[in-house]
Amino acid sequence: MTIQTQGGVDPTLQRTITARVNGRDVSGVVDTRTTLADWLRDELDLVSVHLGCEHGVCGCCTILLDGQSVRACLMLAAQVNGRDVETVESLSSDQTKLHPIQEAFQEEHGLQCGFCTPAMVLRTKEILADGRERTDEEVRQDISGILCRCTGYQNIINSVQCAARKLRAGSPAPIAAGTGTGGSSDQNPGA
Amino acid sequence: MTSDTTNDAFNDALARAAEAAAPSGGQVKRKYIGRSMKRVEDPRLLTGRGGFIADQKIAGLTHAAIFRSPVAHGRIVSIDATAALAIPGVIAVVTGEDCRAKMNPCMNFGPSTIPQYPLAVDKVRYVGEAVVAVIADTRYLAEDGVDALDVEFEELPPVVNPFKALEADAALLHEGHGSNLAYERSFTFGEVDEAFERADLVVSDTLHWGRSAGMPLETTGAIGKPGLNGVLEIYCNSMNFSYFVWLIATALKLPSNRVTINPVPAGGSFGSKFTAHKVPTLAGFLALQVNRPVSYVEDRLDHLMNSDHHASDRYYEAKLALTCDGTIVGMDVDVVDDYGAYLQFGVGTHGNALSQGVGPYNFNNLRYHLRAVLTNKCQQGAYRGFGSEVHNWVLERLVDQAAEKLGMAPEVIRRKNFIQPEQFPHKIPGGNLYDSGDYEAVLDKALSMIDLEHWRKEKKRLREEENRYIGIGLVTTQERSVFSSTEFWYWFDEPAFPITSSPESATITIDPSGEFQVLLHSQAMWGNSPETVAAMVVAEEFGVEPDKVNIRYADSAHALPGTGPGGSRFTVMVTGAIRGAAKKLQKKIIEIAAHTLEVPPEDMEITDARVQVKGAPEVGLSLGEVAATAYFFALNLPPGMTSGLEEQHTYDHPLTTLPSPDRSDLGIFYPIMGHNCHIAVMEVDPDTGMTTWLDYVAVHDAGTIVNPITLGGHVTGGTAQGVGTALLEELAYDEDGQFKSSTFLDYLIPTANEIPAMKLGHVETPSPYTEYGIKGGGEGGRMATPGVISAAIDDALREFGMHVQNLPVKPSDIVATVLAAREQQKEQRS
Repeated sequence: MTIQTQGGVDPTLQRTITARVNGRDVSGVVDTRTTLADWLRDELDLVSVHLGCEHGVCGCCTILLDGQSVRACLMLAAQVNGRDVETVESLSSDQTKLHPIQEAFQEEHGLQCGFCTPAMVLRTKEILADGRERTDEEVRQDISGILCRCTGYQNIINSVQCAARKLRAGSPAPIAAGTGTGGSSDQNPGA
Repeated sequence: MTSDTTNDAFNDALARAAEAAAPSGGQVKRKYIGRSMKRVEDPRLLTGRGGFIADQKIAGLTHAAIFRSPVAHGRIVSIDATAALAIPGVIAVVTGEDCRAKMNPCMNFGPSTIPQYPLAVDKVRYVGEAVVAVIADTRYLAEDGVDALDVEFEELPPVVNPFKALEADAALLHEGHGSNLAYERSFTFGEVDEAFERADLVVSDTLHWGRSAGMPLETTGAIGKPGLNGVLEIYCNSMNFSYFVWLIATALKLPSNRVTINPVPAGGSFGSKFTAHKVPTLAGFLALQVNRPVSYVEDRLDHLMNSDHHASDRYYEAKLALTCDGTIVGMDVDVVDDYGAYLQFGVGTHGNALSQGVGPYNFNNLRYHLRAVLTNKCQQGAYRGFGSEVHNWVLERLVDQAAEKLGMAPEVIRRKNFIQPEQFPHKIPGGNLYDSGDYEAVLDKALSMIDLEHWRKEKKRLREEENRYIGIGLVTTQERSVFSSTEFWYWFDEPAFPITSSPESATITIDPSGEFQVLLHSQAMWGNSPETVAAMVVAEEFGVEPDKVNIRYADSAHALPGTGPGGSRFTVMVTGAIRGAAKKLQKKIIEIAAHTLEVPPEDMEITDARVQVKGAPEVGLSLGEVAATAYFFALNLPPGMTSGLEEQHTYDHPLTTLPSPDRSDLGIFYPIMGHNCHIAVMEVDPDTGMTTWLDYVAVHDAGTIVNPITLGGHVTGGTAQGVGTALLEELAYDEDGQFKSSTFLDYLIPTANEIPAMKLGHVETPSPYTEYGIKGGGEGGRMATPGVISAAIDDALREFGMHVQNLPVKPSDIVATVLAAREQQKEQRS
């Protein structure tokens, strides 16, 4: 990681970072102790990054970093300098035009309160990126790093399988890992 | 009141309720109710715009963090905030002394001798109790301030075990109460002693239901904000604000018209945000201290150790009396409930148990002796089931033990004891009523979905050929729904506030363009589907597409009477409210159309968002045309009619009666009775204690189903929580009262890997007393799962004498039982 310092700013306290967030380059000065989750939520208004435990267990703050799922509560904002961050807004932030994965979750009732949902949707995007068919048991294992307190997981597994079918049947856009905007026409990560 | 007058009141109430809910003319084919519908709430949640409390952006918002007690029991000697206040960005430090000086104790349904403030006054009574709040420009700075506090305690002897708490030399939690026994009461219904004397078989058990909690992934949070005209605005994700807004106002010494609750969606509750008072009261109080908006959102540690709602922590001595043919004749329950340090909810969770005290079984003798005990632990409150799920577990444990002693299969003893369809409405000992049911149909459906004979053969074969241990469990349990408030106070002979209302309200507006808005009045979205239900009922009544209906939530300043979600009441109640408003609105629409078209009103009907002449659908008006007339053409309205197209309706509890003054009869208080049968097949590894699912069937009867896919979600979600309660989740304290479950690495919420793939089935026995015949189903699988898991584990390891008496049953418990049995076998051999 390249550390850029500003004149007069103590690099042990603050860093200037540039990251690609939902397909857009974003720059800012961050406190070194600011977590990635807090930076995304508070500075970029990406409030889909939900904080459930802030100690890396629940997975509600899962984002995709260079296409791979990570807990945003366990990373510092300064660590994403030069890297690619995706939140669920990258799929679609238009409530009238959902991404096929989001549609699948609605059709299969894969959410109730919605608190783990952005994380589950992003994880689904990550695991389906290889286009491979999975058994329900494999999906169960694949989503087991994110807690859901509402659904009992059964309908989340159904949602992932439904999303896989939708994507195989005719993806509206490639969803290869790390492409930033996924199938979304919305280029504004903060909207 | 004599028993005759009690019976008269009972019969009158029954007749009125049945008449109110009777369908007007024949069985109507429904277009939306009963169809699986996509939820209208989902798009905003799927795009990460749920609007949760931590997402609220308010100009000038400050943030609070809490210093929590490190000791279980102690006196606060001193609080030095000098260093904290010296941190740039720290705005204020607030302590219990501020609370004592400026506010009243928090709302409380228990005795007034057990007062509670949002920050501890004089004493701390459990590890994690809030002691000091630091307010700063950011949460980071507020937590810096907490770290800089210097607080000194004088430790007192911790009171951890509820039985030791009752001993004469135990330290007192609340000196003003004079005892650690917060409350004691015994109810005897029927001839219990005689039933036990006459019985051929008495089974008894010593059982402990461990402390868990709803533990939603979003914690409880609130923002207090000084508003216009001296009004304090509180944004919070706590449910049932219409019950608590005036209590919070009282605590804050404000007139109730100077506090407004703005309901904020909750990321799950499961009871944990049901009338959760500490956080909104504290946020409001802090905002008043600094005259700025203040946000306090619990972090996970706060929520685990200092929430409003740890759940039931009960110790039972329970007995069941039977005749030799397996007929149950009586039950005797002695329960000590470890309530923790405060008694916020009184003992309503035991009222819940009494609402279905006999389960689905046909017996008339029940004794229930309760002692509610104070200990140095976090307070107790609601969790999915509200205490009735605990009683279900106890009853099913006893029934299983009786079946084993009598050599009966679990389905056989249950079938023998079921209340039969022709016995409804059925009054149970204690006075509550079961509205309707067909328990054999539910059992038969469950049995049809699993090949029990196959599994029984497999169990034998796998034991003999592969040395594997398979267990089969089967339970049949009740899910009462739609509470009336009497259960909170009938425990007391002279209750301070014997409330009998638990209404729900709705407002339907058709705007001048003919578009529908529905206003709900007691909550925001909390994870269930209030908006989808409301949209479906409006669609059913007016023929408009559900996703065209917009749903909003009133703040407390605009809200009509309501009670909010809890006790599986909301779908039944909000449907009653919306349908009531719809009937009023339909009447007005038909009057306007009839007047416009010069047709008799009785010849008109509303179909597919049109009002038209029966049998001549081409003669009619769209609802948009009627709406335009209603808003803009007053001179075209029938004489005397006022402008606008909006109606509201408040729907009271469909069926409730008062308890008798001597409490020999508790009245009808939870009559809309659902039922379920769960069957589980599990493999248990005796060497590691690991459990593996082989099959799981859940069949529920929640009356008329509104939305099958969401009802299924309650069943699977509730089952998952039941798995957690039975196998994993434990809010544990050590012998010094130190809290041992302060992270999600200690408090284990089931992941996808711990949950079975479930086969779901539904039976529909409509309620005669609710709109469309709906019953509640929100508590779902958690009513049954702990019992079925306990039974399956016992069955798998019966040869080791396995008998689940404590929940959660952990792998170490299983291994210990197996090792002890093997040791004993070895001794016998030598």
